[in-house]
Amino acid sequence: MPDGQSTQGKESKRRRLFANASPGARAWRRLAKNKLAVMGLALSCIIALASLVGPEIIERTTGYTYEYMPRDPQLMKSFAPFTGPDNSFSWQHPMGTDNMGRDLLVRVLMGGQISLMVGVVSATVSLLIGVSYGATAGYVGGHIDGVMMRIVDVLYAIPYMIIVIVLLKFFGGSSFFSGYGLAAGGSELILLFVALGAVSWLTMARIVRGQVMSLKHREFVLAARATGVSTPKIIFKHVVPNTLGPVIVYATLTVPQVMLQESFLSFLGLGVQAPLASWGSLSAEGIRNIAIYPWQLIFPGMTMALTLFSLNFLGDGLRDALDPQTRKF
Amino acid sequence: MGSYILRRLIVTVPMALIVITLTWGLIRLAPGNFYMSDKALPAAVERNIKEKYGLHKRWYEQYGRIMLSVLCGDFGTSLKYEGQSVNEILWRTLPVSATLGLLAYALALIVGIFAGTLAALKQNHWPDYAAMTLAMLGMSVPNFVLGPLLVLIFSLTLFWLPPARWGGTPSWNLVLPVITLAAVYVSYIARLARVELLEVLRSDYIRTARAKGLSERRIIVRHALPGALLPVVSFTGPALAFLITGAVVVERIFALPGLGNYFINANLNRDEPLIIGIVAFISLTVLIFNLLVDIAYAYLDPRIRLQTQIVNRG
Repeated sequence: MPDGQSTQGKESKRRRLFANASPGARAWRRLAKNKLAVMGLALSCIIALASLVGPEIIERTTGYTYEYMPRDPQLMKSFAPFTGPDNSFSWQHPMGTDNMGRDLLVRVLMGGQISLMVGVVSATVSLLIGVSYGATAGYVGGHIDGVMMRIVDVLYAIPYMIIVIVLLKFFGGSSFFSGYGLAAGGSELILLFVALGAVSWLTMARIVRGQVMSLKHREFVLAARATGVSTPKIIFKHVVPNTLGPVIVYATLTVPQVMLQESFLSFLGLGVQAPLASWGSLSAEGIRNIAIYPWQLIFPGMTMALTLFSLNFLGDGLRDALDPQTRKF
Repeated sequence: MGSYILRRLIVTVPMALIVITLTWGLIRLAPGNFYMSDKALPAAVERNIKEKYGLHKRWYEQYGRIMLSVLCGDFGTSLKYEGQSVNEILWRTLPVSATLGLLAYALALIVGIFAGTLAALKQNHWPDYAAMTLAMLGMSVPNFVLGPLLVLIFSLTLFWLPPARWGGTPSWNLVLPVITLAAVYVSYIARLARVELLEVLRSDYIRTARAKGLSERRIIVRHALPGALLPVVSFTGPALAFLITGAVVVERIFALPGLGNYFINANLNRDEPLIIGIVAFISLTVLIFNLLVDIAYAYLDPRIRLQTQIVNRG
């Protein structure tokens, strides 16, 4: 520890900051000191909010929706950003239009809704599976734990996306799910949620298991067991809430991963189907026209990159704040 | 060591079979048939097709036939690429994908380890921040955005490099696809190498090395790096599975005649023998690589062997 007046000043300031604070409040303050993480949090919130309310606002003010096409065939072509029909400056389409003359800004925002929804829902699915599996393995221990974790080891080695591609291709058509009252494109979305959630829970299971193993011999668990609480209740009521820190961290990092995977699939034409659009499918459309209309790729692609960038920074910051022990990787 | 390898092998082989079974099951359960088109076929034609592809048999007979063909390494004839056996297609596309993957991984290792080491040595100074921000950027920009952007800049604006297609092994065509594919792994490896090196640099044996008065360069290169890079070795296994997924996209963007591109086409065409063949091939490759990485890791790090022994006895 270096000496000196300033260090002492810092030390006492630190003590004041952290005195009488709950672990949650302390973690929050640590996060708030990390500029990059705060920036990430702010940016993700802005993008999420814009995606949620943006399309509605644009529709009310200009009448554009993600499937709105102009009646005039002259307008059914791709305009550059901020360019009107006669090549003059115009505020009408800040991101330009696609080949059908649809406003790209609305489409990017709508795509954001879908992409973020897939990310959050699939991450939740993976969270539920991973936490239950890892907590059970860690708490029960012994041979059951051995077998359960060996299964996870083995599953790690499978090239999932290959199977997910087959799954989406063959069950993606709405014919399989039709009759369940789903809107067009709904069956792909549900398949995406389940498929992506089901393949991304492995790391979560490992993390939770490690946490639970270190917790299960603590006094509060012993006390719960002594008072006759059932095992499932001990696992989910007493042990799991104490693993929340690493779980939040990893769940935050799962969201961008899942979004990336969704965009791969949509890019390949297997994920989100028209008329719905996600950042991946919008980018795929844009790539076809990259030589002539580069904005069709640049805007959806860069919005997505920016979102993933901020979510990753947020996850990293949360890890530093909540879970300093875990490796940064 | 022998028993360790044997145990891993015992797990690996059924795993490959499970992956193939799963794929086969998905194709079988899916609605429709590969021969169904918009208009209905005459009953006799349909019967003939079914007979030709063995579809009139019970499901377990079909499954047995598929498994037998997988075990024999003969996947039959492609439905879409007429007159070509699946094996021919595999052997033709493999060099493309393997070249792409290996070059990308080599690039990722070299650049990633270099950047990670630099960042760790200059921790909390600008090289660290710059390297880690770039790494985060590499993890966040999807390769299907990065690839076309590189094409836009280097091919369509500057005219330095060809935009797409395969041009044999040593060719300028490889530059952009390899960079696109490697970007994510450069980032992962740089982050991993940085954290591991930081941890190693704090350890006792590095302090001992310093106390002995070794030069800083020797400490880093001879003492710290080998220990820090072990986790990078173990990342090779998962990286391969990612590389294959990434290669699917990159081959699609750059119109390369690789395994991934054929796999997507096979799915779109419902070319069932080709799907099964490619899935079998990819999953076997991934599983074998994972096995090799685990063995190499156990060989390099004696603690792993010890751990498995303890687990087995306890």
